[in-house]
Amino acid sequence: MYNEEEFSRLKRSRENWEETVLNKSLNKAPESKTEFKTGSGTTVNRLYTPEDTTDVDYETEIGYPGQYPFTRGYQPTMYRGKTWTMRMYAGFATAEESNERYKYLVSQGSTGLSVAFDLPTQIGYDSDHALAQGEVGKVGVAIDSLKDMEILFDGIPLDKVSTSMTINAPASVLLAMYIAVAEKQGVSADKLRGTIQNDILKEYIARGTYIFPTDPSMRLITNIFEYCSKEVPKWNTISISGYHIREAGSTAAQEVGFTLADGISYVEAAINAGLDVDTFAPRLSFFFNAHNDLLEEVAKYRAARRLWAKIMKNRFKAKNEKSMMLKFHTQTAGSTLTAQQPDNNIIRVAMQALAAVLGGTQSLHTNSRDEALALPTTDSVTIALRTQQILANETGVTNTVDPLAGSYYIEAKTKEIEEKAMEYINKIDELGGAARAIDLGYIQKEISDSAYKYQMEIESKDRIVVGVNKYQVEEEAPKGLLRVDPIVGEMQKKKIEDVKAVRNSEAVKEKLEALRTACKGTENVMPFILSAVKEYATLGEICGVMREVFGEYEQAVLL
Amino acid sequence: MRPIRVLVAKPGLDGHDRGAKVIARALRDAGMEVIYTGLRQTPEQIVAAAVQEDVDVVGLSILSGAHNYLFPRVAELMKEQGAGDVLIIGGGVIPDEDIPGLKEAGVSEIFTPGTTTTEMIEFIKGNLKRDI
Repeated sequence: MYNEEEFSRLKRSRENWEETVLNKSLNKAPESKTEFKTGSGTTVNRLYTPEDTTDVDYETEIGYPGQYPFTRGYQPTMYRGKTWTMRMYAGFATAEESNERYKYLVSQGSTGLSVAFDLPTQIGYDSDHALAQGEVGKVGVAIDSLKDMEILFDGIPLDKVSTSMTINAPASVLLAMYIAVAEKQGVSADKLRGTIQNDILKEYIARGTYIFPTDPSMRLITNIFEYCSKEVPKWNTISISGYHIREAGSTAAQEVGFTLADGISYVEAAINAGLDVDTFAPRLSFFFNAHNDLLEEVAKYRAARRLWAKIMKNRFKAKNEKSMMLKFHTQTAGSTLTAQQPDNNIIRVAMQALAAVLGGTQSLHTNSRDEALALPTTDSVTIALRTQQILANETGVTNTVDPLAGSYYIEAKTKEIEEKAMEYINKIDELGGAARAIDLGYIQKEISDSAYKYQMEIESKDRIVVGVNKYQVEEEAPKGLLRVDPIVGEMQKKKIEDVKAVRNSEAVKEKLEALRTACKGTENVMPFILSAVKEYATLGEICGVMREVFGEYEQAVLL
Repeated sequence: MRPIRVLVAKPGLDGHDRGAKVIARALRDAGMEVIYTGLRQTPEQIVAAAVQEDVDVVGLSILSGAHNYLFPRVAELMKEQGAGDVLIIGGGVIPDEDIPGLKEAGVSEIFTPGTTTTEMIEFIKGNLKRDI
């Protein structure tokens, strides 16, 4: 902070520099472009000086790590205490094959599991459903019943690992299966650590694996908040995700604005359901993208932390500081990977991962070089994991907390992103909240406008993508891509038959009917889902009951 | 000459529609009439929409890896419905080695990541199977 006298002295010295040094240089050699922009298209000045951060008070806006407003990180020692969790998102084909990949990742130093489910599982269909045809085991592992889940975590002690599950509409069912598997291992629910994504709003916005309409979906989410606060207290009950919003084409500020707007809706829904904010808010977690513009991304994470802290404190009157801390997982940006010269993707991922680390992420997934072509091979995944290990062990960026704080550019951009994100939140509030803004198509339209602009910039070469619109070479088709055997679909069907043949079908029927009654009423549905899961009711049967009671979401198709 | 009519469709359960939407918009900006189906369409639904809307082109987008089942199924049903003169094109995360089989099944071209919308527009204009 500067007083008026110091400020005018700074201004004079800058003007002097411009006249005597800068202009001379510009006269001799002009800059390569008239305007410089971030990856999100916001203006970047030639130079940032203390003049750009005069309104950023250190103590109130930046502060200290582990202390409100958490701009510098949510823990006081950050990576000096413990490095981030290296969590590689994986899953394909059958539970057996995925189990093998998890054990491999753990043996190579991966410190958390992250389960990818196939699309039928994510949309609540069993592998033998007509709509599952061609999709079984493709983008993740197929889970039809508790049986598959037992195989998936076979030999993996669930009291030792933390497990993240990318599951949304049927999150309650998969969480119940996880609890049931742990119980069979002799691990009680209060010892379980992990995360379910459980973020339905961004499914409507950007990711597409919704099942039920908004109201019952929000009820399921608050049921999970409530159940876990009592029974699974170490579980992160939601991962409010900007990742997919960014992948769908948003800017950095939109990613923050739309994600926190979704977060606000979940907090409001839980408060309206009668929960005290400080009982569930400490278990909320976030998930952001790590895109190409390194410094803009660092500013984005810092802005998100600060803005969420202010929202929780001022808007929701949280008392517990843990309710104000934005903890987040990061994944590098899949949409930036190129099918051309795929090895270049290793470099992109390394830069993006660096942004996430400089921004203070709690866990990180690094994409593999071949993901614009297929699911990654073991070799590619290993390079991606090694990238994180090199960052953690060799680069030195972990030695001090929030090393880029105080950079005039970073602080100015942090403030700018925070302000822009807040403008989006205000706009969404005016429309009646995130769910309403989604119904109106506002959020989707903002994102697709940005996506279209991005693509047109690539085509006009205003935006350079190495290997795609510059530095192209003739290439041979890549070899050795991972392929999922189509037989997986048949194998899963057989497994469902086997499970149905040996289970107690009377008990299954009874539990499903009890669930139906619970869904129609106002009780918490989690215990009913857990009982059904334990009798080996399938995911499709459980979601089927809920579909019948709740109905299905109708997407607003907009261009 | 009337405008070219295109159905942009998302077969299967895949929710990634950034590409489909960008393309739909680019085709529209190029003067075509574009209908976008939205997510989670079965081959039967896509073909019914194509026939009902009397389109000249069906563009299929899929990133989940289910293309080898879903693309040929759409092409087959189109023929069954007497709409064999509709140009079918596809795009998404599709390995090169799958492309010959898809073309044999009746998909005229597969566009993989990095394709420009201009290339696609030119392809459509040059490869229509109907007179318009």
